[in-house]
Amino acid sequence: MTDARSYYGRPVVKEPTWTWEIPVYFFTGGMGGASSVLGLSAKLFGNEKLSRTALYIGAASDAVSAPLLISDLGRPERFHHMLRVFKVTSPMNIGAWILTVAGGASNTAAALELLGILKPVKLLAELVASVFGPPLATYTGVLLADTAIPVWHEARHELPWLFGASGAAAAGAAASLFLDPDEAGPARRLAVGAGAAELTLMQVMEQRLGETGEVYKREEAGKAGRAAKALTAAGVAVLATRGKGSRGAQALGGALVCAGSMCMRWSVYKAGFQSARDPKYVVKPQRERARREGTKASTMPGESRGAADRGT
Amino acid sequence: MGSNMAENHPVGFQWVMEARERGAKVIHVDPRFTRTSAMATKWVGIRPGSDIAFLGGVVNYILQNELYFREYVEHYTNAPVIIDEAYVDTEDADGLFSGWDPEQGQYDVTTWSYEGMETHGAAGQREEGYSPKGEQSGHGGHGGGLKHGEPPSEDPELTHPRCVFQILKRHYQRYTPEFVAETCGVSVEDFAYVCEALVQNSGRERTSAFCYAVGWTQHTVGVQYIRTAAIIQQLLGNMGRPGGGIMALRGHASIQGSTDIPTLYNILPGYLPMPHTENYGSFDNFVQANVAPTGWWGNFEEYWVSLMCAYFGPEASSENDWLFDHLPRIDDDNSVYWTLEQMLDGKVRGYIVAGENPAVGNANGKAHRLAFANLDWMVVRDVVEIESASWWYDSPEIESGELKTEEIPTEIFFMPAATHTEKDGSFTNTQRLLQWHWQAVEPKQDCRSELWFYFHLGRMIKSKLKDSQEPRDLLINKLHWDYPTHSAIREPSAETILKEIGGYEVESGEPLPGYKKLKSDGSTACGCWIYAGCYQNGINQPARKKPHWEQDTHVAPEWAWAWPANRRIIYNRASADPEGNPWSERKKYVYWNGEQETWEGIDTPDFDETKPPDYVPPDDAKGPDAIAGDHPFIMQSDGRSWLYVPQGLEDGPLPTHYEPQESPFDNPLYSQRANPRRQQHKDADWDPYNPIEGEPGFELFPHVLTTYRLTEHHTAGGMTRSIPYLAELQPAFFCEVSPELAEEAGLENGGWATVYTSRSAVEARVLVTRRMKPQTVRGRVTHTVGLPYHWGQRLLTAGDTANDLLHAALDPNVHIMETKAQTCGIRAGRRPRGKALTEFVESLRAQTEKTRPEPEETRKT
Amino acid sequence: MTSIMEPSGVPAGYEAWGDDQHARVGFFTDTSVCIGCKACEVACKEWNLIPADGQDFLAQSYDNTGELNSETWRHVAFIEQEKPLRADDGAVGLRWLMESDVCKHCTHAACLDVCPTGSLFRTEFGTVVVQEDICNGCGYCVPACPFGVIDKRDMKSTANMGHQPDLPSFLGKKEDGRVWKCTLCYDRLKGGHEPACAKACPTKSIQFGPLDELRERADQRLEKLQDEGWNGAQLYLRDPDDGIGGAGAFFLLLDDPEVYGLPPDPVVTTAFLGQMWTNMAAAAAALAVGVVGGFVFGGRK
Ligand SMILES: Nc1nc2c(c(=O)[nH]1)N[C@H]1C(S)=C(S)[C@@H](COP(=O)(O)OP(=O)(O)OC[C@H]3O[C@@H](n4cnc5c(=O)[nH]c(N)nc54)[C@H](O)[C@@H]3O)O[C@H]1N2
Ligand SMILES: Nc1nc2c(c(=O)[nH]1)N[C@H]1C(S)=C(S)[C@@H](COP(=O)(O)OP(=O)(O)OC[C@H]3O[C@@H](n4cnc5c(=O)[nH]c(N)nc54)[C@H](O)[C@@H]3O)O[C@H]1N2
Ligand code: SF4
Ligand code: SF4
Ligand code: SF4
Ligand code: SF4
Ligand code: SF4
Ligand SMILES: [Mo]
Repeated sequence: MTDARSYYGRPVVKEPTWTWEIPVYFFTGGMGGASSVLGLSAKLFGNEKLSRTALYIGAASDAVSAPLLISDLGRPERFHHMLRVFKVTSPMNIGAWILTVAGGASNTAAALELLGILKPVKLLAELVASVFGPPLATYTGVLLADTAIPVWHEARHELPWLFGASGAAAAGAAASLFLDPDEAGPARRLAVGAGAAELTLMQVMEQRLGETGEVYKREEAGKAGRAAKALTAAGVAVLATRGKGSRGAQALGGALVCAGSMCMRWSVYKAGFQSARDPKYVVKPQRERARREGTKASTMPGESRGAADRGT
Repeated sequence: MGSNMAENHPVGFQWVMEARERGAKVIHVDPRFTRTSAMATKWVGIRPGSDIAFLGGVVNYILQNELYFREYVEHYTNAPVIIDEAYVDTEDADGLFSGWDPEQGQYDVTTWSYEGMETHGAAGQREEGYSPKGEQSGHGGHGGGLKHGEPPSEDPELTHPRCVFQILKRHYQRYTPEFVAETCGVSVEDFAYVCEALVQNSGRERTSAFCYAVGWTQHTVGVQYIRTAAIIQQLLGNMGRPGGGIMALRGHASIQGSTDIPTLYNILPGYLPMPHTENYGSFDNFVQANVAPTGWWGNFEEYWVSLMCAYFGPEASSENDWLFDHLPRIDDDNSVYWTLEQMLDGKVRGYIVAGENPAVGNANGKAHRLAFANLDWMVVRDVVEIESASWWYDSPEIESGELKTEEIPTEIFFMPAATHTEKDGSFTNTQRLLQWHWQAVEPKQDCRSELWFYFHLGRMIKSKLKDSQEPRDLLINKLHWDYPTHSAIREPSAETILKEIGGYEVESGEPLPGYKKLKSDGSTACGCWIYAGCYQNGINQPARKKPHWEQDTHVAPEWAWAWPANRRIIYNRASADPEGNPWSERKKYVYWNGEQETWEGIDTPDFDETKPPDYVPPDDAKGPDAIAGDHPFIMQSDGRSWLYVPQGLEDGPLPTHYEPQESPFDNPLYSQRANPRRQQHKDADWDPYNPIEGEPGFELFPHVLTTYRLTEHHTAGGMTRSIPYLAELQPAFFCEVSPELAEEAGLENGGWATVYTSRSAVEARVLVTRRMKPQTVRGRVTHTVGLPYHWGQRLLTAGDTANDLLHAALDPNVHIMETKAQTCGIRAGRRPRGKALTEFVESLRAQTEKTRPEPEETRKT
Repeated sequence: MTSIMEPSGVPAGYEAWGDDQHARVGFFTDTSVCIGCKACEVACKEWNLIPADGQDFLAQSYDNTGELNSETWRHVAFIEQEKPLRADDGAVGLRWLMESDVCKHCTHAACLDVCPTGSLFRTEFGTVVVQEDICNGCGYCVPACPFGVIDKRDMKSTANMGHQPDLPSFLGKKEDGRVWKCTLCYDRLKGGHEPACAKACPTKSIQFGPLDELRERADQRLEKLQDEGWNGAQLYLRDPDDGIGGAGAFFLLLDDPEVYGLPPDPVVTTAFLGQMWTNMAAAAAALAVGVVGGFVFGGRK
């Protein structure tokens, strides 16, 4: 079991109580947020088809996100309690606002697009959605990082980037699924570029996490992580080499990248549980830090107080 | 020692913690490292059943090194008394005292007496034709009869070879540190630590206390364990002084109360004796048999008559000898295990179980359950349906097919009882403190208090018998049974009953101030003489709840009420020196005020208030007047504490190391292995004993088995296994074993083990812990298997019953079973189930049976 | 308002009480006098009507409840060690450490910070309490707590073994879904009573009172134990300058915190939140730039 001093090998921090909806939401939220940007950009650059496709994808993703979140709550009927307050110390609160605004905007835009009415309002909605889209895709990284789960908290530098990249890759890949190769260039390129970034970031994160990162080699996080890497790499490769030439290949590549993105979230999600379960991931780094920086939570006999300088 | 105070008396233990914080040394001598050991300054891991060797070693250390409190010993104990020439010590008779009658299996104690006098049995025991033979102990054992205050022969120099002091010295001289280490499995250093700590902390300026509970009592030599501690405390001058004493940490919430106002068969309230079947001839003869010529038992008649007046009111009078001739009688040992035997023989028809769970709590649970099936009827009053109520459809014997529900003739009545929160009443605690509690809620549904039950039962019986002319019904008809009731269910008033217990003047109904006012002419009634005064001035004294911080002294006399006379330390005259001055300023407690000519201090003096320290009783003095001014132990006929007990004990005047009924060792001192006087059921097939060393099958049961409690549960578990919050804290029956034993027997922490004896086999989860220490006894490593005994078949956390493993060999003085030291075998895995269990136990027995040589002792109960 | 700020020793939200503010109270749990009786565990459950959460024999010394969670707000840990109690006791010792653990009522409380509904709040006593009627069960506070204290109640109806104490009717539901933890007996404090666990503790191992006083007492205690040579004595979470700004409930331990299952140097996660938000903003911007880049450097189709 654990190789750190502990209380019968029991966890120090609690495993999250979240269920499958949350990682799926990370995926949909990421895809949705990035899609809104993709949609508006395409519009600005005059790729109407891509713009509409991305708009619908974004709206649809956002639309399923909220129910996913609600369904995860222990008291779903109280979802709205998150909107009673505005609280910058709570990434989840901020996220709820972001999702509400971004999702509201993207769905308004999509609805107006379908109905073909109120063009200016629609444009405004698209603008709002794409302003709130990137935060929607990245705040989830903060959401995880702002916990005591070692593998999340210690990855606070990478997670927003990783999730952002992954969201962008998924947005591009999703759009690629529905379009002919000649209309999907930017989306494809996004999927390839962001996918590559995602792969790199994963690697960087695992590396930088050191011993804490070893959960990514184990159990479900390991499996999902390896799948994520393989799928994303394959998807990127297919899109980069064949995507332009074949609709089928482009669709396949898009699907692979999307699946990779989903698997990545699953891997990160599961890694959190695994790192909570083994107390060594809490105890060892804290002990090391204490040794390094002279910080600690205990006062030893005879010690003068208030001396520790806590670098953060 | 012999108690796990932190776990079993956690609230009282706060004071031990406080003492530790103030620098007191806390020593815990216990086979297991427990939560008490964890809090102690020092833990000494002792082999179960070897405490007399350990304590005897302390006695020897004190005597050999001349470390006793000379002045105290000389004046306050019977050390100077010269003993009869005929007395022979165990040291000279290979483990037997003089007077052993192998036929009867008991002692004739006449040779144990003080030289020059015939000693009388203790109050309550002398009525058997004035003979001190036979059953002589029990809760009446408070003093022998001396014709005058002083024993005839004494040697104040303590040098006479037959004086108690010298006898003591010789008796314990073989209890050297090495002997203690060998026998108890402790190190010489640890033993020395205890000796030194005790001695250093005793004397004029300091006092040490012993706390014990059932780790000492539940042995075939249980009473003698406590006696050994008593010897130490007398030698060190720790009795009757603040911070000293021997604290019996009593059990159930009011177990002290239930011996004061007893649930025991052989005594009446206030430790008055139950009359025997013999023909006393007259009430006067009965009184003569019981009154002690000297000491406070001299007022026996006052106590007795007042009790009868409380029972029968105006129906009892001097003309009818206070109805003495009609009182029920006892004819023998009528204790629990004796009754069990009769039950197994089909000689008992009905049984009332109220507030106990013998199917789980009594040794040899299986025998109890089988015995119940021989009854015609059985009443169980309890707050939950306990195993003793459900055995007829849910028990290991039903599972194994030994009992079949449809074939059991016993008719069983389960009557739900109200809990203590549902009724008024008092608890009497360890410190003899009566504390009142008030009803918080009405009992639900059919639940009723004990008071309700017995009052209305009595009322109904009386009304049914009111016209009966049968002589046997006379007593019931004469019973004074008139208590006011209140509430919808007609609950009797508990306060009225307390008032009756506290005593009143018959004429005026005025509550009495104390036992000194009791009369033998029928003018006072008192339900329990030692409680006299608890309703003084018409005030419910136990209900006083003034916190100590609002009182002048730490004795806090206005918190509740202690018997007798609200006295917090008994024999407290011993807190002053023979001249009546405090032994030390620090330990000042009760002392003589020469100017006022009274005893005074921070507690109620336990002495005639105006008797000066230099009082010498005249030759013909009787009762309390016969006690000299420098003899504090006023309940004893000679006013001294007894190092040597000339009478009152069944098994010897001095404690001697004997091995338990079952142990892996023989006796290093004598060929007499175990207490010769212990009560066994030798030929009874319901209580077979494991073979001891040298007997066939001995190797089947190589380990020592001990049973005990956990903080989280209470006794047989009815009150705790039924509560989810407690059940989850200790959710399974488990055994505690050392890593070494686990290794040897292949046990896995958290797994299952089967523990077995000749009686039965049980399964328990395994807790491997360093807190169980293998001991090296005479070069041999012994393991102890620990079992908490709280579990039974039913309720929220159910499990096998430890007591199914135990035999019922008893201490001869108080008939208590030896739960603390037996032998057993252990193996990994769960036990056989159903019929296979019976077969397994039978196969164990087959390997030992009938081949056992005739044991050395013969008494059969 | 938040602990993003430099540790100030003042709990977020406490000052907002203004005139209604009471002296900050808490616990000093002195494990050197804990006898492991678990009276605190039971008293807490009794007072707060917490459901029993099933029976597991854990084979971990005398601990069968294992941890603090939604059904255990006080938890007594048992640690058996082959170490002498006093450092100078040369012999191979044996000691049995017992510690009654509880919510730390952190000065900088991650649970409170991250709570998206404001269900977790700072009381006028400086304590951290969940408002049962606000909590939506999002569970965010659960992994945020560096001590693994707060927990969601997912009570299966069977967990109570069919023997429920008299519980409010809502607990009879299949699931509860909200989070629970020690309230420092908010209701009792409001009524002027000490918390149930402290009241029940026979040895004053749990000392309740104004935090300042407790800290002083604890310092004296530590000194005394040091003089007496106790092995490993240390105060845990006593100091306002530790990673959580000091705790409202702090401890005297006889070994390192991790031995008791406590983190040796916890830092409230929101101490890094500013950094995280900035980081996120950069990532979000990069995302936008990246998307646009796909058009700029490759054409619109
Ligand atoms: N929580 C709780 N408290 C209780 C009870 C309960 O069931 N639960 N029961 C109450 C009752 S009825 C009683 S009588 C008291 C009993 O209180 P205790 O006497 O303290 O109870 P036990 O745990 O049975 O035994 C005490 C200790 O004796 C040790 N022991 C066993 N054999 C020997 C021996 O030969 N020598 C020595 N020195 N020690 C030995 C055991 O290891 C054990 O630790 O507790 C009362 N208080
Ligand atoms: N192996 C082993 N056996 C032992 C011991 C040991 O150490 N080891 N210890 C022995 C000792 S010291 C004792 S005291 C016994 C205890 O053994 P028991 O007395 O047989 O066991 P308890 O569980 O205390 O039984 C008391 C019952 O009274 C019920 N009760 C509570 N309040 C009331 C009330 O107001 N009225 C009525 N009618 N019932 C009520 C409770 O529910 C409970 O079932 O066990 C003894 N047995
Ligand atoms: S259960 Fe009652 S009697 Fe026993 S220690 Fe606790 S308070 Fe005292
Ligand atoms: S210990 Fe955990 S639950 Fe308690 S206040 Fe601190 S962060 Fe919140
Ligand atoms: S579970 Fe409840 S208390 Fe915890 S963060 Fe969510 S809303 Fe707040
Ligand atoms: S303060 Fe109250 S809620 Fe908190 S642990 Fe103690 S009893 Fe339980
Ligand atoms: S009540 Fe006190 S002594 Fe008992 S376990 Fe809790 S903290 Fe320790
Ligand atoms: Mo007892």
